[in-house]
Amino acid sequence: MQALSGVGFTLRAGDFISLLGPSGCGKSTLLRIIAALTEPTEGRILRPPATGGEIGFVFQEPTLMPWASALNNVRLPLRLAGIARAEATDRAAAALASVGLAGFERNYPRALSGGMKMRVSIARALVTRPKLLLMDEPFAALDEITRFRLNNDLLALWRDQRFTAIFVTHSVFESVYLSERVLVMAARPGRIVADIAIEAPPVRDEAFRTSPEYAAQCRAVSRALEAAMAA
Amino acid sequence: MNERVLRILMPLLVGVLTLVAWEALVRLRDIPAYLLPGPILIARTLVADWWSLADSLLITLRITLSALLAAVVVGAALAILFAQSKWIELSFFPYAVILQVTPIVAIAPLIIIWVDDVNLSLLICAWIVAFFPILSNTTLGLNSYDHNLFDLFRLYHATPWQVLTRLRIPSALPYFLAGLKISGGLALIGAIVAEFVAGSGGSASGLAFRILESGYQLRIPRMFAALVLISATGIVIFLALGLLQHLVLRRWHESAVVRER
Repeated sequence: MQALSGVGFTLRAGDFISLLGPSGCGKSTLLRIIAALTEPTEGRILRPPATGGEIGFVFQEPTLMPWASALNNVRLPLRLAGIARAEATDRAAAALASVGLAGFERNYPRALSGGMKMRVSIARALVTRPKLLLMDEPFAALDEITRFRLNNDLLALWRDQRFTAIFVTHSVFESVYLSERVLVMAARPGRIVADIAIEAPPVRDEAFRTSPEYAAQCRAVSRALEAAMAA
Repeated sequence: MNERVLRILMPLLVGVLTLVAWEALVRLRDIPAYLLPGPILIARTLVADWWSLADSLLITLRITLSALLAAVVVGAALAILFAQSKWIELSFFPYAVILQVTPIVAIAPLIIIWVDDVNLSLLICAWIVAFFPILSNTTLGLNSYDHNLFDLFRLYHATPWQVLTRLRIPSALPYFLAGLKISGGLALIGAIVAEFVAGSGGSASGLAFRILESGYQLRIPRMFAALVLISATGIVIFLALGLLQHLVLRRWHESAVVRER
């Protein structure tokens, strides 16, 4: 079965874009192809030769090693790259602090809440200072309060570190709140049917979330999504 | 009373009641000691014959623990070899199964004939029985890693060695320890069975040999005393390996979680 067909879009460095679509439209597959975890059957992705660490990936599940402490989980990408233990430890501790988990270095995943585990997962993805951060519905399993908080923290990290972000979601509200552009996908075969720029103040916060502009843009994206699902 | 106390108290109570009933039966029905000795007589024999029995215990224990150690080394090494390639696993795993399903009593005489050193032949027999749970569990464990985590390792261009040491071996640890717990008991059984087969022909004199000897001489209380030592050894091995499992896994594995009610 063809999962994706004729998907093409340009991405500028420092963009934050969302891929929005119904389940089964190939959002995750597209993300995996970008990360080189899956090979496309046709077509190519041109990317500079990778040495590891240019791309960060946040999975739907926190995907932590249960036998390792939060610090060791975050340190993993650095250790795999052969960075010395002392330097890796410092950088991992800094990454944990940047997601608000200073003081939790020695905790095992079992002792962390769902939101905290996802923070560890984000810290791990950012510890190599990637140019591109790929996120595959990372907050789908979290409760709304935790999700809102993580949305804000993610935006703060993005403003601070200026990585390029591709965020896969099936939530219209989340995609409009987070991204500068929303790419709407349709299913069977997966393709991009709309590319909607989001107008927002430089810093997005609860005021933006409750503003009429936000609501209007959610409506527009919603309509595009409905059209995509009808197509 | 909380559950932890009951967990210890209840089996203890059953044990004591059984012993009392046993002693009472032996005394009331006047059953001769060569048919069924009472627990008190067995305990006395255990004390009286302690030194010769303890010597035998040491011999059996040494074979059991060496066999278990060999089972860990060979079982884990083979499992890691199998994990390297599906072809190796497919080619050799059936032979490990054959070794496992053939009753040790049937192979033991051959091994005792082929191997000159009696101790070594006993060790080989115990090893054959003990190594399979470790091999089989560890193989399963090495293949039971989280595939998203594997993708993560691929994303960071991890070498096969890094995947093995940082992902597959830690994932296999709970499986390996569960196998080890089974193998501990099996190593003892293997050692005892092999001693039985070697019988009085062997120069070794482990606990099984003491049981045979006591049987020939109709010293039934001594036979029971040796039996008690074998059971106690098995229980201690089981508890020790259970403790090891707990200590290694308590910080992270689901099996070590105490659930709140």
